[in-house]
Formats: sequence, structure tokens, C-alpha cells
Amino acid sequence: MMRMGKLAWALWFGYAFLYVPIALLILYSFNESRLVTVWGGFSTKWYTELLQNDQLLGAAWLSLQVAAMSATASVVLGTVAGLALARFGRFRGRTLFGGMITAPLVMPEVITGLSLLLLFVALEQAIGWPDGRGMTTITIAHTTFTMAYVAVIIQSRLVSLDESLEEAAMDLGARPAKVFFVITLPIIAPAIVSGWLLAFTLSLDDVVVASFVSGPGSTTLPMVIFSSVKFGISPQINALATLMMVVVATGIFIASLVMARQERQKKRDEQMAVQGG
Amino acid sequence: MIDLLRRIGLWGRGVVVAIPYLWLLLFFLVPFLIVFGISLSEAMLAQPPYAPLVDWLVDEDAGTTKLQILLNLSNYLRLGGDDLYILAYLNSVKIALVTTVCCLLLGYPMAYAIARAEPAKRGPLMMLVILPFWTSFLIRIYAWIGILKANGVVDNLLQWTGLTTEPFELLYSDWAVYIGMTYCYLPFMVLPLYATLEKLDPTLLEAAADLGCRPWKAFLTVTLPLSLPGIIAGSLLVFIPSVGEFVTPELLGGPDTLMIGRVLWNEFFANRDWPVASAVAIALLLFLVVPIMVFQHVQGRQTEAGR
Repeated sequence: MMRMGKLAWALWFGYAFLYVPIALLILYSFNESRLVTVWGGFSTKWYTELLQNDQLLGAAWLSLQVAAMSATASVVLGTVAGLALARFGRFRGRTLFGGMITAPLVMPEVITGLSLLLLFVALEQAIGWPDGRGMTTITIAHTTFTMAYVAVIIQSRLVSLDESLEEAAMDLGARPAKVFFVITLPIIAPAIVSGWLLAFTLSLDDVVVASFVSGPGSTTLPMVIFSSVKFGISPQINALATLMMVVVATGIFIASLVMARQERQKKRDEQMAVQGG
Repeated sequence: MIDLLRRIGLWGRGVVVAIPYLWLLLFFLVPFLIVFGISLSEAMLAQPPYAPLVDWLVDEDAGTTKLQILLNLSNYLRLGGDDLYILAYLNSVKIALVTTVCCLLLGYPMAYAIARAEPAKRGPLMMLVILPFWTSFLIRIYAWIGILKANGVVDNLLQWTGLTTEPFELLYSDWAVYIGMTYCYLPFMVLPLYATLEKLDPTLLEAAADLGCRPWKAFLTVTLPLSLPGIIAGSLLVFIPSVGEFVTPELLGGPDTLMIGRVLWNEFFANRDWPVASAVAIALLLFLVVPIMVFQHVQGRQTEAGR
């Protein structure tokens, strides 16, 4: 009993460590005083100022576009990659493929950023594409490092999944493509949704890779935050951070509600099927 | 006929795999070769700022064309000869090791407590660990600036309790970097630890207790060895990216917090010396090859074990 008590303390200490900084950040976004850590009364003026900051809003718009495009591309590529790793058995070049999928998970960002930039420069010299650097190159770079996360999520979902459903469909004469779209895809849909959300957040969060592969005129939101944070803290950034966290929390909340509902629906269907049979 | 269908099926699979395969070859593997190539090149004032490795020399008088390949090892010699780079590598490893140990000391009890909680509570408790990971990394680092700076939360708290009377600043020091990096990488440690601890069969511990084993000894001889795959996976997941970390030391560290990610960044952006930046990247990659391969091995086994 004694040990469980200590463990609970460790757990609560860990949660405090994780959440107190975020709570303080949100609290001080409503601070009247410009000195972020001195309380000067409640105010929402930083939010108003934020909404008039055109540079920041432009960067946010660019980041959202890049994040949506790269998350979509990386879900397509990552799902295929995860499927190949989980279902195709041993194929030629599988070891290299598996290596290229997991390595981006731990690769330091400075290396990824530098290597992609040098590739884009070399490609531009050789074939004239990409013409300069900007939204396209950032999107490609983000797709490359986020698809690894999607592939791992899809692979682990497929590995824990019973193959018999897919085999049954095959036995009944369904083509592989049909099996994928009718059987596999609906089952792994929740994993795909969380993969998309993860890729979206990772893209929206990246400052290092984007700094390497962006060109003049394409500054993403994290790059703006990074350069302003380097000069010290400002209540506007607190307000922005609070807004971003509210958006993320809402997104996750809705996604988990939808998934819980699907799970319940599935259970009900299964029970119906058992009773019916 | 069936054989033909099988063949078409396999061919279709090949096409399907080819798309992500080619993408990764082009945008992940080939770039490393280019980085390696440019690390052997010479910096010069041009657009892009390095000398081409392969050049066709046209001699108009003799009417001949020569292929010239220039390989320049001086970038690597500079890495080995200059204390700055060696110190930066050593310091990066030190900071990454401290971060990994802090994450382990903080994350293991958390993962263990969650794995021993009632099954219904495990999901939400785990969600609470992962949730900060979904909020911006940059903003989480930023949050610590307000806490650690002079006249910040920690400073005010210490002065209020009377522990210090002078302004006390943790920001812009190695300590701030340790705190910030532990904070950011903690979920990466808890996740794999929880995955192995949750699968642990509790009857093993009961058997140990029945045979008269004290809880601590049971933990050391049963739980700890069985959770080793999780410890290794979590540690590598924290250690490898930490070595090349840039944002945290840049924002929380002092000017003398030397890390290799920062050196690479400065060589590239401030000095515009692309070949030296490439050599720094290649040296870092060579150092990380072994940990990355161990990580892939452990990761592969973990996924296989999910079957």
C-alpha cells in the first residue's frame, strides 16, 4: 500500500510538471501588464492586438495550408507504407524500406532540413524544378518526415488486427483493391484519422526543417514565433499559444468523441450479428 | 489461370509499394548522398555557395575535354582539428544523456503507476501524458522562458519564500536546457515504457511474493528486466533526437551552451558555409548510425510482438 502511495505521488508530480507551465502560459495571456510575469489585472487586449497582426495571420494561413496538404499526402503515402510492412510479408528491399520508414522518427531535424534543402538546390540546378523554394518545398519536406509517423501508426494497428476478415473476403472472390477499400480501410479508419491529426500537428509545429527549405516570402507561423521569442517573451505569443491549444484540444476532443461513438456502434453491430446468428 | 491472377496481384502490390518507396528514396535517402557529396566540396562565393564536385574542363587550344573530379577532405580535417566541433559533439552527447536519464527517472514511475491503475483509468491517464505532445513544441519551450527567467515565476517564488534575496536566473544556462528537453521528450519515454509494463503478467509478481520475495527485490529481478525493451526503446527515442537538438538550447541555453545542432545551424545560416555544415551533419549521422539501428531493431521486434 505504501508503495502505491509513493507511485501516485510520482504520477501527480509528473502531471504537474507537464501541465503547470501550460496553465501559467494561458493565465498570463489574460494579463494586462506587458511584463508577462507581473500580474496587472485581467485583460483581453493581447487577443485584440493579435488579430490585427497581419504578418502573424499571414504566416498562420500559410502554415495551415501546408499542414493540411502535407498531412493529406502523408496519410496516403503512410497508409500504403504501413499496409506494405504489415501485410505484404517479405518483399524485395523490405529491410531498406522499413529502415527508411523508422529512421525519420528519430532523425535530428537539422539533418533532415539540411539534406532536403541540398536536394532541392541540386534538383533545381539539374532539372529546373522546384523553381525556388516556398510552399511546395515545405509541403514535400513535411510530408516526408510525417509519413513515418502515419506508417508506424497504421502498421501497428494492422499488425494487431485479425487477418481473417480480409482472407474471408479474398476467398469469396474479392479483388485485393476491393478488399482494401471495403474491408481494411473502414477498420483502420480511426488510425488514419489520428495519423492525419498527428501529421497536421507535427507540420504546424515544425520550425527547423521549415527554416531550411523555405524561401523568401514563405515564412511559416513557427518561424515567426521562433524569431519573436528569441528577442524575449511577449504577451501576444501567450495569446496565440492559448488559441492554438484551444483549437488542438477541441480537435482531439471531437475526434475522440467520434471514435468512441464508432466503437459503441461497432460493439452494437457485433452483438446484433451474434444474436442474429 | 490462378497463377496468372496471382501474378497480377503481386504486380499490383509492387506498384502500390513503389509509390512510398520511391518517395522515400528520393526525399530521404538520396538527400544524404548529396549531403555527403557537398561535404567533400569547397565553399565558394557563388549561387549555390559551393564548388561543383564534377566539372568538364574544355581546353579549346588542344580541342580536348577533361572530366575533373575534385574531392576536398579539408572540411573533415577542420572538424577533427578544431576544439569547437569536438567540444560541441561531446557536450551534445552529455546533454542528451542527462536528458535521457531525467526522462527515465521521471517517466518510469509514471508509466508503472499507470500500468498498475485500474484498466478503465489507464486510457485517460495515458491520454493526459500524450496531450501536451499535441500542443506546439515551440510553445512548450516558450512557456519555460517565463518560468525560469530573472523576475520569472521560480525567481519570484524563491524571493517570496526568502530563500534568495538576489534575482535568481536559471534561464540561459545548461540547467534550463535539461529542464526544457526533459519536459519536451517525457511523453516519448512514457509511451514505450507503458506499452511493455502494461503487458507484464501480474501473476509473475504474485508468484515472487508467494515465494517470499520482497517487493523491491521482485521489482529489481522481475519487473525491471522484463521492461528492458521499453527502457531501451524509450531511451533511444529520447537520446537520438536530443543529440541534434537545436530549438531548446537556442531558446533556453546560454551563449556557451554548445550543441552540435546549433553549430550546424550557424555554419549554414550565419557563415553560409554549406560544405562544413554538411560535414558536421555527416559526422553526426555516423555517430548516430549505431543507436538508430538498435532503435530500428527494437522497434521492429515491438511491432512483431503485437501480433
